[in-house]
Amino acid sequence: MSEEKKVIVELNENPEYIINMGPQHPSTHGVLRFEVSLQGEMVKHLIPHCGYVHRGIEKMCESLTYPQVIHLTDRLDYLSAHMNNEAVSLCVENALEIEVPERVKYIRSILSELNRIASHQLWWSAFGMDLGGLTCFFYGLRDREKILDIFEESFGSRLLHSFIVPGGLMHDIHPNFKKGITDFIKYFRKKLPEYNRFLTGNVIFQARTKGLGILSKEDAINYGITGPSGRASGFSCDIRKVEPYSAYPYVDFKEILYNEGDTFYRYVARMDEMVESMNILEQLIDKMPDGNEYTSKMKPVIKLPEGEYYQRVETARGELGVYIVSDGNKTPYRLKLRTPNFSNLFIMNKLASGYKIADLVAISGSLDLVIPDIDR
Amino acid sequence: MGYQRYDLAPLTHSIDLFLYNHLPATWAFIAEMTIIGVVFLIFYAVIGLYLVLAERKVCAFMQNRIGPNRVGWFGVIQTIADLFKLLMKELITIRKADKFLFNLAPFIVIIASFLGLAAIPFAMGLHAIDFNIGIFYIMAVSSVGVVGVLLAGWSSNNKYSLIGAMRSGAQIVSYELSVGLSLLVIAIYSGSLQLSTIVESQADAWWIIKGHIPAIIAFIVFITAGTAETNRGPFDLAEAESELTAGFHTEYSGIKFAFFFLAEYMNMFLIASVAATVFWGGWMPLHIPGCEGFNNAMDFIPPICWYFGKTAIVILIMMWFKWTFPRLRIDQLLTLEWKYLLPINLVNIIVVALIVLMGWYIK
Amino acid sequence: MKSIFNYITGIFKGVWTLLKGMSVTGKYFIRLDKIVTQKYPENRKKLKMYDRFKGEVIMPHDAGNYHRCTGCGICELNCPNGSIEVLTDKITTTEGKSKRILDKYIYHLSMCTFCGLCVKTCPSTAIAFSQEFEHAVFDRQKLTKVLNKQGSSLVKDIAE
Repeated sequence: MSEEKKVIVELNENPEYIINMGPQHPSTHGVLRFEVSLQGEMVKHLIPHCGYVHRGIEKMCESLTYPQVIHLTDRLDYLSAHMNNEAVSLCVENALEIEVPERVKYIRSILSELNRIASHQLWWSAFGMDLGGLTCFFYGLRDREKILDIFEESFGSRLLHSFIVPGGLMHDIHPNFKKGITDFIKYFRKKLPEYNRFLTGNVIFQARTKGLGILSKEDAINYGITGPSGRASGFSCDIRKVEPYSAYPYVDFKEILYNEGDTFYRYVARMDEMVESMNILEQLIDKMPDGNEYTSKMKPVIKLPEGEYYQRVETARGELGVYIVSDGNKTPYRLKLRTPNFSNLFIMNKLASGYKIADLVAISGSLDLVIPDIDR
Repeated sequence: MGYQRYDLAPLTHSIDLFLYNHLPATWAFIAEMTIIGVVFLIFYAVIGLYLVLAERKVCAFMQNRIGPNRVGWFGVIQTIADLFKLLMKELITIRKADKFLFNLAPFIVIIASFLGLAAIPFAMGLHAIDFNIGIFYIMAVSSVGVVGVLLAGWSSNNKYSLIGAMRSGAQIVSYELSVGLSLLVIAIYSGSLQLSTIVESQADAWWIIKGHIPAIIAFIVFITAGTAETNRGPFDLAEAESELTAGFHTEYSGIKFAFFFLAEYMNMFLIASVAATVFWGGWMPLHIPGCEGFNNAMDFIPPICWYFGKTAIVILIMMWFKWTFPRLRIDQLLTLEWKYLLPINLVNIIVVALIVLMGWYIK
Repeated sequence: MKSIFNYITGIFKGVWTLLKGMSVTGKYFIRLDKIVTQKYPENRKKLKMYDRFKGEVIMPHDAGNYHRCTGCGICELNCPNGSIEVLTDKITTTEGKSKRILDKYIYHLSMCTFCGLCVKTCPSTAIAFSQEFEHAVFDRQKLTKVLNKQGSSLVKDIAE
């Protein structure tokens, strides 16, 4: 049998039209591969393949000291670098039973919230782009730039800060820090309605997102979908509320919860979270104690007592857990990261099968996947 | 009438006469055709390239950017540089692709968009052929392009391309209806399919003013359907770069890709010129019935300026669509056509027939 | 009847939302003063990075070609990527004591992740970050830099 005939026979026996979305594909935002089997335009089922940017961060951490581990955690979910840093720092501090100064707690929470807004802005841009509205991308990045400027002024870097370290902060914040944030909030409160006018209210956008990729609360819990994606399905999983850390106990904010769980409500949850983050920021800025202490006394070489430690924080995409096993050395014996995107990815088959390719793009966009966080 | 001041027919006739006087009839015919062909080819290339630049500038301004500004002042020769880059690029041959159809497809697309230009009246007396079925011809010729798109998708041996091509087929076949029916509204109003007659019939006022509500509805439907037919804006499903990487022209490179790219912009130009000609009076200056002084003043602006100005505005509207809206899904695209545009159009045509019968429009 | 009413209002509502979206892009299309991008190589003179910007690691030298590095190697220990190599020499001073001085401070820019641990932990503040951000070179070798200048020596007050 000739080769062509073989193919025809195979097709007759197994009439599936398989396309590989990725590893290089504009809408997977990185090197992720969806093996999608189609029937016409309909997605029958899909298999996510990850591991294209696997760098072995967990293994690398085993040969680094705790302060050195921080700079690797930046590179997990690079859009919520501060939260990742904070997770490891809090874990180490818990193990050493150190209490950091109040001011440091406030600064850490401010950084987390700022980073959350920046991350959601980028997600908004990219989501709009996934749906074909290329202009969103530029509006989102334009406003994100304001936050990155605040970051750069204080920490000297825009994306990967390595700023929150065990025991406190790397150095003190810049004197302009507070003013920069109040200016930004003022600016962004004016821009957010424009986002809504531009995209949220748009009839095409609503038709593209409403009622598809419905994630039930049970599935969200079973699959461990956290972050705004889980909360849009009614799964109350905000670590800031459930297990408050840093300065979150001192502020009053509400957890964004929706019960619909479709793509549109995952979008709305994130948009509302930006508003809520600005509220939190305002409170934190008001309450932040003055002074210039930015770290507590730490030994030059940090050695954790023997044992197992776990700390979780809420990143922009969900729950990040850091699990450290220490054998009393200056390096961790094992450092396991429970990253939010890894859990969020594997719901894709359940959400997207039965919809069209265009919906697959919208759904994967609404889950806000960051691939280096999946692969680690 | 004042607008006849800039009649270009004597000029074209004198060239015609000159050729026939100095050459045998056969050679004169060939020479004339060649001249027209070369002129249109140059026009096509220049318009195509500058539309690409215009699009890049417009989208840049809408996105708070500067846009191309490196090659030449304000980036004016950016797209020409791009063309040379594309000319020098390797033409990638695809393994197991249908070589003949693969190479044929870009030509079909570009020829389809090229043919349409022939019937457009650019100014008074300045058109290649004045068909008595001008609108019908343009519609017929421009829809040949879908064959090229389908062939490109089919022959590329690429799954994305195939999906894109099939989408494009479904899209163009259905939107062709709306384009035709919305043009029919003006055909009923003016009583002709000949573009020059349609333009002449707007000497007192443009159809969008004279024809009031039905004409405005027809114009909106035409712009929407026209945008869809050129695979642009919120209807660029055949390309859909966030879903299908580049859709039907994923596998094309170099100058063959440039053909697709140029054809897209020329189709947009064609749709915009038809819209400008049929609804906004083409080269006809702005006339308000009863204001003789104003009408005379308007007549001093050459018709070619009116034509290009109106076309530019329609093109700007189409670019505005593209850079604002998210893309539709294939089923929503067909829903829009079959459940919204087509019924509206049919009702509109009946209403227009009634209006024309009763004479309820500005004569 | 109701469905026809919904159909027609649906059309108008849809078109209204589309027009609202177009008003946003239209506004920016006219407002050319809102352009945020800059022409980069032209504005190089005006470009001022923030003081704390972490460009690359440098070793500041004073007027007499003195640096502050004792060659202790703490930065090398703290660097997570091995981008710093401190090579030291042993010399005997005039008083007959053997002493460690800096020979070469090698910095691999290509491996650096700009975490800032070296600058933070340096006991004698011998290294700092510069505001330089144009690191691109044609040869990878050029990214390996020797930070202490030729013939420089340790500043007096630390040496004593």
